[in-house]
Amino acid sequence: MSKEYNLAVSSSPHIRSAEDTRSIMLDVIISLVPALAVAIYIFGLRALTLTLVGVGACVFFEWGYRNLLKKPSSVGNLSAVVTGVLLVFCLPVTVPYWIPVIGAFFAIVIVKELYGGIGKNFLNPALAARAFLFSWPVIMTTWAAPLSYSKFANIIGGADAITSATPMEALHMGKLPDATLLQAFIGEIGGSIGEISSIVLLLGGIYLVIRKIISPRIPLSYILTVAVVTFIFPKGGIDGLTWMLYNLLCGGLMLGAIFMATDYSTSPTTKTGQIIFGIGCGLLTVFIRYFGSYVEGVSYAILIMNIVVWLIDKSTLPRRFGVNKAAKGGAK
Amino acid sequence: MSNSFFGGIHPGDAKASTSKEASRPLSPPSQVVIPMSLHIGPPCTPTVKVGDVVKLGQKIGDSEAPISAPIHASVSGKVVAVEPRLHPNGSMVMSVVIENDGLDTPDESITPHDGENLTDPEVLTAIIREAGIVGMGGATFPTAFKISSGLGKVDTVIINAAECEPYITSDHRTMLEHPDEVIAGIRILTKVFGLELAYVGIEKNKPDAIELLSKKCGDDIKIMPLQTRYPQGAEKQLIQSITGREVPPGGLPAHVGCVVFNVFTAYSVYRAVHEGMPAIERVVTVAGDCVNTPTNLICRIGTPLEHVFEAAGGFKLPPRKVLMGGPMMGNAQFSLSAPVIKATNALLAFSGKEDKNVSNPTCIRCGKCSEVCPMRLVPMYMYMYERKSDLESLEKLHVTDCIECGACTYICPGRLHLTQSFRTAKAKINAEKARRQAAEKAATEKTAKEVAKV
Repeated sequence: MSKEYNLAVSSSPHIRSAEDTRSIMLDVIISLVPALAVAIYIFGLRALTLTLVGVGACVFFEWGYRNLLKKPSSVGNLSAVVTGVLLVFCLPVTVPYWIPVIGAFFAIVIVKELYGGIGKNFLNPALAARAFLFSWPVIMTTWAAPLSYSKFANIIGGADAITSATPMEALHMGKLPDATLLQAFIGEIGGSIGEISSIVLLLGGIYLVIRKIISPRIPLSYILTVAVVTFIFPKGGIDGLTWMLYNLLCGGLMLGAIFMATDYSTSPTTKTGQIIFGIGCGLLTVFIRYFGSYVEGVSYAILIMNIVVWLIDKSTLPRRFGVNKAAKGGAK
Repeated sequence: MSNSFFGGIHPGDAKASTSKEASRPLSPPSQVVIPMSLHIGPPCTPTVKVGDVVKLGQKIGDSEAPISAPIHASVSGKVVAVEPRLHPNGSMVMSVVIENDGLDTPDESITPHDGENLTDPEVLTAIIREAGIVGMGGATFPTAFKISSGLGKVDTVIINAAECEPYITSDHRTMLEHPDEVIAGIRILTKVFGLELAYVGIEKNKPDAIELLSKKCGDDIKIMPLQTRYPQGAEKQLIQSITGREVPPGGLPAHVGCVVFNVFTAYSVYRAVHEGMPAIERVVTVAGDCVNTPTNLICRIGTPLEHVFEAAGGFKLPPRKVLMGGPMMGNAQFSLSAPVIKATNALLAFSGKEDKNVSNPTCIRCGKCSEVCPMRLVPMYMYMYERKSDLESLEKLHVTDCIECGACTYICPGRLHLTQSFRTAKAKINAEKARRQAAEKAATEKTAKEVAKV
């Protein structure tokens, strides 16, 4: 056996976990499918076609940009697909098809790739694009009533749908929405495409936590903060519990807390940092909902907190191993 | 007292292929190559020359340095070369090459020390030092020095039988096959510190060893079943799991009153004391997807790797990567002519089919690396600063605390070479420190000269 083998030498470790960026993104996509299914049921097939356009545009812009700049392709990691889905999920179903395309360009090229691509962007691409799309405020606030579509007609003529006030508009005026809490929980309400059904978003979140894609720290601290503040300070003389539940189940809170605020690139990596981030998002969300001129606060709350992620990480570094253990453990 | 360490991963233990394989002696090769560096510390100087006839167990290398351990002939025969040869660490190291006469004629020095006062640390450390015993778990720190430097500071003796690396079963087999010797060795290592109790940490994936040792040992040895989680057997993490104590940065286990010995070291101590046998052989797990018949072999120190793999039925696939040690911390070998050394607990051959490295590793800031880091570091930021050679920031993030366990690299979905970059970072920091010290020394000398002139 004196044969010489072509042996590779490298630094340890020599094995790696099966999980990679692509499998993580695939899990996120899987966790979003139920929300898409509900959206199609409530808003018609236009929810699906818009999502496909958004995803297609995101993948195209990422591929095109990196190809143009001769950078290694990254569309295989599926993160552009996730961005596409999340972008469309925070749009009304009535938007024309060019809206998700422009949004995709802004999200992928301006927010993500100009800063170096995945992991380098400091704003959530989908939410930043949504903020940018408010350059067309009327389009972005024309809402379809739930279950108001007629068969396939709305795939083409989205604007024909019956427009209605969303629950958030009622809450903004200090009134309770027409929908019952159960309707809000299962998603039979107006709102952005992917935000309406709290139950399926929660299920998606549980899936991600079980698969260890996200930690529950950000979603829990975010949702609990909103719950506590709205419970203590209800508006319009409504009792705290009812007011709190409507605030949790209506609008973009579940979508934002579970899928947007947990975006790796734009959230803290330390345990303490993640809790601070969640609380910050919760406080800002309620603040904007109560005092802002726009009815919903989730997306701006997260975008604002995105900006301070590095500061949070820097100031919440873990205690050094073997140092100050006694101080931390209290008396002992 | 059920503690746990921070972070950690579950790489899948892959031990099934050899955990039931009783270790069997490998017939010694026709030639052994024994490097003069088999321990941490200054290398030994050969005490034999070409043409000398040596006996099994005869001392062939020694050093005056306090942190050192002598080296013994692992076969009897004739010294045919004393020259630099390939060491498993990749460098050329002065080695003694012995042509095996096949007789295994034992040296006169091999006599049991039963009659001596073994609780006298001086007597015991002398026996252990002369037997060339080092930390057999892989660190190869000279055991006698570990004992003498820990005397008076140690209140807890811990035996490391965690064997947390995938594939390796050599310690597991040793416990199953030599439980009485292992226990006797543990008692020697406990009594020398004047202590009455030792803790043996064993991962729960070895229930048979836990049961056997629990049955055999008395009240003076406490078997601690530990969670199967890598790196349970890392020294600092084992101490934390068993005592809840954290070794301070840059400190030794003795700083928190602990001393840790590998279970194979305890077995070697028994053999040195009661059989007079120096450290000339050890159990090696031979496994990996290329190996025909994965097994455990008792190999003489200095046996070329190709001889070991041959005894395991050779290769069924051409190996792409040959590792000495486990897949998490083992050293990749580029030639099968390198010899088995005292730290060789496993030899693994992989075809590389499962290589998951990518051409453009990309951090997605998922934070999993810092979640699994047993030392509570922030690998993704350390990596970023290493890319920029920002040594100051690296020191602020305590890159020097990294124990190079590889958990971060294992878990990284972006496939970054994290551990490797921290090795580089540490080397850069050390080089910079040395440079600064040299500059300071030069400056003081210059000032001294100027003062002298005035």
